[in-house]
Amino acid sequence: MIVGDSKPLEEILEMIRDKGKVLVLGCRGCVTVCNVGGEKEVGILATALRIAVKKQGWQTEIGERTLERQCDPEYIEELADDIEDYDAVVSIACGVGPQFVSERFPEIRVYPGINTTFIGGALEHGVWVERCQSCGNCLVHHFGGLCPIARCSKSLMNGPCGGSANAKCEIDPNVDCVWHLIVEKMEKMGRLQELAEVWPVKNWLTSRDGGPRKRVREDLKQ
Amino acid sequence: MKAGSNLEKVLEAGHFAVTGELGPPRGNNVEEVRHKAAHLKGIVESVNITDNQTAVVRMSSWAACKILLDEGLEPNFQMTVRDRNRIGLQSDLLGATALGIKNVLCLSGDHQRFGDHPEGKNVFDLDSMQWIALCKKMRDEKKFLNDKELDGAPEIFIGAASNPFGDPFSFRPMRLAKKVAAGTDFIQTQCIYNMDKFREFMKRVVDLGLHEKCYILGGVTPMKSVGMAKYMAKFVPGMDVPEEIVKRLTDAGKKNAAEEGIKIAIESIHQLKEMEGVAGVHVMAIEWEHRAKEIIEGAGLLPRPKVD
Repeated sequence: MIVGDSKPLEEILEMIRDKGKVLVLGCRGCVTVCNVGGEKEVGILATALRIAVKKQGWQTEIGERTLERQCDPEYIEELADDIEDYDAVVSIACGVGPQFVSERFPEIRVYPGINTTFIGGALEHGVWVERCQSCGNCLVHHFGGLCPIARCSKSLMNGPCGGSANAKCEIDPNVDCVWHLIVEKMEKMGRLQELAEVWPVKNWLTSRDGGPRKRVREDLKQ
Repeated sequence: MKAGSNLEKVLEAGHFAVTGELGPPRGNNVEEVRHKAAHLKGIVESVNITDNQTAVVRMSSWAACKILLDEGLEPNFQMTVRDRNRIGLQSDLLGATALGIKNVLCLSGDHQRFGDHPEGKNVFDLDSMQWIALCKKMRDEKKFLNDKELDGAPEIFIGAASNPFGDPFSFRPMRLAKKVAAGTDFIQTQCIYNMDKFREFMKRVVDLGLHEKCYILGGVTPMKSVGMAKYMAKFVPGMDVPEEIVKRLTDAGKKNAAEEGIKIAIESIHQLKEMEGVAGVHVMAIEWEHRAKEIIEGAGLLPRPKVD
């Protein structure tokens, strides 16, 4: 899923300064799963904003709404019925949400209420970790099911650097050295010899480096 | 004086300046650099040394700059933010200035997809605007980006590029204004073929008073052939080649197209000399360094002034 962090309340408050009516807009997609942008969080943020606005002595009204997904025009369209009543939208979907909303409703100011951080998963309740960098050419099966592109701080493809110590990365003792994990895993599977192969230079065209990406499925297009 | 480079001195003295351009070889062929440099010696204030232009790997710009210095020419060290992060940029600037390089041109750089290693990662840690501001900070405040003191600060004349023909046109003067605010001392523009559009651009630039805050050099590149003109018109992003130019080259005939291209370049320089806000010309005779003299001489710009 796409994982995000709530922006500080003060930052959001500054965004909506002088706005008469503000809609806090949630999304039932990834951000609901990672507890940052679903219906529940819309309620929490709206309440916090109402209190903060009152404290400031502003007359701002705060509305609440949660769409099925903000990354799909079909659901964004649902806003058409009453969006005109609002002066601003605070979207707490991933970065796609505020863009889709402002593309559909160019006359309204749309603010991001969360910071989109990474593609990852939950290790346990309340703990998420990055697992994918969306490089566009998945190779995890060669590395014991672990991704050195997303999880090695240097995206090394040919083994741990000299900074690996006690299974931890040189940048931070709280960060696992993924290459340590890869070696252990491959050893256990009896596949260590596969790592002897020198990986050639990677083609980054499929990643963000090749420019913004677009996928067209002719079989699905209408 | 910020750097005391020849280019800076000539511009400060109020002369109409001329700069040239030299592309380093696709290898470590020193003789090739010396050979090209010889054609430019004495006919320009300084020479831009491109930094892996069009994202094709070449001899590093700073090294070619040093060869020029040794040959008695003044280089303009082009630095793109495509291949170096903030560590590399600051380090290379310190290294280059330690070797005696005094002019720096801060650029974004063509995306690597245009070049001969399209599969590469891109860097773009800073953008060209931020790099201009950082160069100024290193020079004026004698500090790194992180505010730590430098042990020896670069004395540089800071340059940047401007493309009046990129879209959206209405934003181009504002982008130039941002570069001026960031700290650029001089600007070299994209090759100008559409003189009417450039005149309109300069009018807006003059209205903003930008010509009083930095020196603006108009870009001139002679067309070698009809093919080159058609290629530039069609395939070079942000290049504006009016049909009239293609027609003139075509009408001249294959044998005389190059002469016509040089004639057009000379006419362009004459027009630029008369235009308010234009402080000089940047003559980019790409892989045609030996013809640069004809153009500059033809435009009545030789001999170059000597300013101490």
